[in-house]
Amino acid sequence: MDRPKSAEPLVTVRDLAFARDSRAIFQDLNLTVARGSVTAIIGGSGTGKTTLLSLIGGRLAPARGTVEVAGEVVGGLPRKQLFALRKRMGMLFQSSALLTDLDVFENVAFPMREHTRLPEALIHHLVLMKLEMVGLRGARDLFPAELSGGMSRRVALARAIALDPMMVMYDEPFAGLDPISMGVVVKLIRELNDALDMTSIVVTHDVAETCTIADYVYLLGSGRVIAEGTPADMKKTDAPEVRQFMGGLPDGPVAFHYPAQPYLDDLMTANRS
Amino acid sequence: MNPVAWISGLGRRVIAGIGRLGRATLFLARLMPALGAALARGRLVVQQIYMTGVLTLVIVVVSGAFVGMILALQGYNTLVRYDAQSSLGLLVALSLTRELGPVLTALLFAGRAGSALTAEIGLMKATEQLDGMEMMAVDPLPRVVAPRFWAGWIAVPLLAMIFSAVGIIGAYLVAVGDLGLDGGVFWSQMQSGVSVSNDIMGGLVKSVVFGFVVSWIAVFEGYDAKPTSEGVSRATTRTVVSSSLAILGLDFIMTAFMLRGL
Repeated sequence: MDRPKSAEPLVTVRDLAFARDSRAIFQDLNLTVARGSVTAIIGGSGTGKTTLLSLIGGRLAPARGTVEVAGEVVGGLPRKQLFALRKRMGMLFQSSALLTDLDVFENVAFPMREHTRLPEALIHHLVLMKLEMVGLRGARDLFPAELSGGMSRRVALARAIALDPMMVMYDEPFAGLDPISMGVVVKLIRELNDALDMTSIVVTHDVAETCTIADYVYLLGSGRVIAEGTPADMKKTDAPEVRQFMGGLPDGPVAFHYPAQPYLDDLMTANRS
Repeated sequence: MNPVAWISGLGRRVIAGIGRLGRATLFLARLMPALGAALARGRLVVQQIYMTGVLTLVIVVVSGAFVGMILALQGYNTLVRYDAQSSLGLLVALSLTRELGPVLTALLFAGRAGSALTAEIGLMKATEQLDGMEMMAVDPLPRVVAPRFWAGWIAVPLLAMIFSAVGIIGAYLVAVGDLGLDGGVFWSQMQSGVSVSNDIMGGLVKSVVFGFVVSWIAVFEGYDAKPTSEGVSRATTRTVVSSSLAILGLDFIMTAFMLRGL
């Protein structure tokens, strides 16, 4: 799978800097997401992957640099235009974020009811079509509390594509799923992307699953992109950071030990004061 | 303890409290435009009136009946010393409509429904449901917060009237059934002594104010809660404590104005 080089970028992140409290999360981050691709953003815990999605979705504003989605600079948009842009973006939260007081059907119907004036019969058809795509048409009357983790993520996915968005952002879509559910979600991300002509951004730390479906991979570390390429390129590379991450090695450039004073000194110190 | 540290600690707490009041006021200002939008979707408000109002009905009716019966016993015990027990109906009706109905209903509402509102909104925040709505380009203020605010504001005056009515019936049962008072005297004294414009409207104004304040505190605390289990539980406690203090404080101020005339 080669990166579709001809395709224009849908998302462009340029020289992005962002800090939370006093901790710098991104410095000079640059990446692009090609229209129609499945782009994976991989990084260890705490490298700001979720923050990046919040920046793309306009929930946070960058300290420096720009985030451009479909030709619009997200950071400075007035609320009305930002909401208009968000209607064209779907987002899958790690916690699914389903509305607990609505059943599965109403959860998927929610964006349609809020943003369109479609007749009830049409909403009914559309919701069933979306649920059919994720294989949960039969679960339409269940409430979120009755769903397993994998099922609620699929419902959230059906809701994310309810308004036929141009792009879906996945926040850790594989975290905490059993192998079967994981396989289902992996397959769905690729299939929906191609069938609905969308663009997908997958933020994750599951390397193996992601590499099977991604067109292009960015590896994040210490606030910037430390490696990028197609999954095949990433596997071939010799860069130690990439090899550690792709191979799941416990020690390497990213140290196993949290910074501390020498072990012996620490043991010899009589008490914690 | 070092007195300087004590004074500066006191100052910090006062400043934090006033800052919180300011944040709550800003939140109310943001909520105002959403209130109209929520009213246009009556179904959501009606749903919430059921959740907050109808489900509080049992506790209000039971408490109202007991309070009325207690008033009858205590009132009779005092009035009979002056041979004025024929005024018992009037005493009960005035106490309930002017004071106990609005205040006790608001306190019960804060404990039963206000805390639930806070916990619900706080948990929706903790489970990313509010963030999820934001990302679906749905503003949670008109969709989630405003219907709950309206529901509380509408429910409290209605519940207060029910409380007073049930209380009067409870008092009647005790006075006529147990204490042997004449039923006609009980009702006629009440009818001639209770003024609709002063007593009943006065009580209604109070409960409208209480409904507004309790609902405001409940939705603010929920929306402002830290999105963790500890944060939500603290917010729930704060709702009950601040609502109760606000109800009693405002009741004093409003009673003072009403009795002296504006």
